[in-house]
Amino acid sequence: MNLLKLSWKNLIADKWSTLLSLILFALGVGLISLILLINHQVEDKFEKNLAGIDLVVGAKGSPLQIILCSIFHIDFPTGNIPLKQANGLKRHPLVEKAIDLSLGDSHKGYRIVGTTPDYVDLYEGKIQTGDLWKNTFDVTLGATVAKNLELKIGDTFHGSHGYADGMEHDDMDPFKVTGILSPNGSVLDQLIFTNKESVWAVHDGHGTNPDSISIDDREITSMFLFFRNRMGNVQLPRMINENTDMQAASPAFEMARLYNMMGQGENLLRLLALIIMIVSALSIFISLYKSLRSRKYELALMRVSGATPGWLFLLIILEGLIIAILGYCIGMLLSHVGMQLLSGYLTEEYRYEFTGGLFLKEEGYMFLVALAIGFLAAIIPAIMAFRTNISETLSEG
Amino acid sequence: MIETKGLEHTYDGNNKIGFPDIRLEKGEKMLLLGLSGSGKTTLLHLLGGLMKPQKGNISIAGTDISGLGSSALDKFRGKHVGIIFQRPHFVSSLSVMENLLLTQKLAGNSTNSSEIKSILEKLNIAHKANSSTRNLSQGEQQRVAIARALVNKPDIILADEPTSALDDHNTNEVVDLLEQQAEAYNATLIIVTHDTRLKERFPKRIEL
Repeated sequence: MNLLKLSWKNLIADKWSTLLSLILFALGVGLISLILLINHQVEDKFEKNLAGIDLVVGAKGSPLQIILCSIFHIDFPTGNIPLKQANGLKRHPLVEKAIDLSLGDSHKGYRIVGTTPDYVDLYEGKIQTGDLWKNTFDVTLGATVAKNLELKIGDTFHGSHGYADGMEHDDMDPFKVTGILSPNGSVLDQLIFTNKESVWAVHDGHGTNPDSISIDDREITSMFLFFRNRMGNVQLPRMINENTDMQAASPAFEMARLYNMMGQGENLLRLLALIIMIVSALSIFISLYKSLRSRKYELALMRVSGATPGWLFLLIILEGLIIAILGYCIGMLLSHVGMQLLSGYLTEEYRYEFTGGLFLKEEGYMFLVALAIGFLAAIIPAIMAFRTNISETLSEG
Repeated sequence: MIETKGLEHTYDGNNKIGFPDIRLEKGEKMLLLGLSGSGKTTLLHLLGGLMKPQKGNISIAGTDISGLGSSALDKFRGKHVGIIFQRPHFVSSLSVMENLLLTQKLAGNSTNSSEIKSILEKLNIAHKANSSTRNLSQGEQQRVAIARALVNKPDIILADEPTSALDDHNTNEVVDLLEQQAEAYNATLIIVTHDTRLKERFPKRIEL
């Protein structure tokens, strides 16, 4: 009958109080851990997908929307920009490189992006089988797209107009799969790539000769710009926004704004988690305090049998720590299983893969915090146990 | 075996009680009689090392316990003194057996469940070894309390009003058991009581 076993038996003997404390503790820990997990993974994916893009140019509208749509493929385009104007920007001396994007179609929920192979290079994408797209109506699939739609080289399909299923361009030539990319955890996994001529061809409609439209009248959805130096970030956004019909959106600035907005909700959740943790500490304290009052004869008796005050102190502290450790473990289990379950939904909603199998070092720090909370909640009852006056207690009854 | 000299205790700063000196050899039995308020519980707590004497000395098995530090006193008490209280209390989350194992452990002895079983058998309560202490009758609780006082083979057994809640039949049985076990362990037995039923059984008596 050692100390740990006795602490455990005492907790079990008061199972409803113990359960309440445990549930509260686990909820607090689970909530904090879940916030950390989502935050970490979202920011990680976001950072990865920013890929050093200095500026995104799109049609006039919300710059955040342009970023979300062009880089993350979450939101809808603000409109189109004339290719002629876009090409004009590419010739600016501060621009080192540019990537065009033509959006507007999808296949079974996966967006079709008309662009150049530079886009794949940007995210360090590698071809797994087949080749990158070359001709009009050739497509290369992201790894997740290929897996989930069970498409392979040589398969054909019709794109749908917009981003939902339904309006298929079935009067057009079908897309033909020529290559599949290796999974790499970036936005590439979720996209279908082709050249921008394919997107134009689909939208020109049946029977139109693509050559009949002058290149000067063509439009693209947006364009990524990479600058030679920081002067580009100073000069170009202003120039674009003031002198053209286009809108410049800085990924760094817009993401900072987005984090800031998300931060408000996140702070609220953190506050909630903090309150739950405090209530849980209070619950541990109250249940220990209460049980100590009814157990004071037991404590005095253990003293009679030879227990030192320090032993009783440890006994009560251990009860607090056991709840903290168990609560932490249950909380972590809840958050990681919860994250895994949530990842299906998040993947569908945001086109990013999330996992519950990730463990953060912050969660390690949380373990230390959990131990500290268990200790603090138990310290007053433990001091009371330490101070048990055998003679007085036993004389009372 | 146990010897006290000039014990005095002052309650709340003015109510002073002096206790008669006690000297008992190994295996001797004595009754400590007194009305409530006579200080007999205080004397028992002093003898058991549950409180320190304000004045005077107590020596048990050759050790002057009034000179021991508090944790040394805790260990000494666990090893050498067995106390049976008026109302038995146990660690309620533990079974009878676990309570007794804990008592061995706290005294710093190695735990020995077969020894505990044989004590419980002698006290006719072995069948309750794995019961929760909450499910015992009063007589059974008193037996387990006696078992607890015995598990560490004490040199001295102190019993505080062990029979006050019992009827004549149970009183005789409990006192028989106490006497037998004290003899079996060759321990000094001191029973504190105001129960006059015990008077004729113990020739050696101190009245407070």
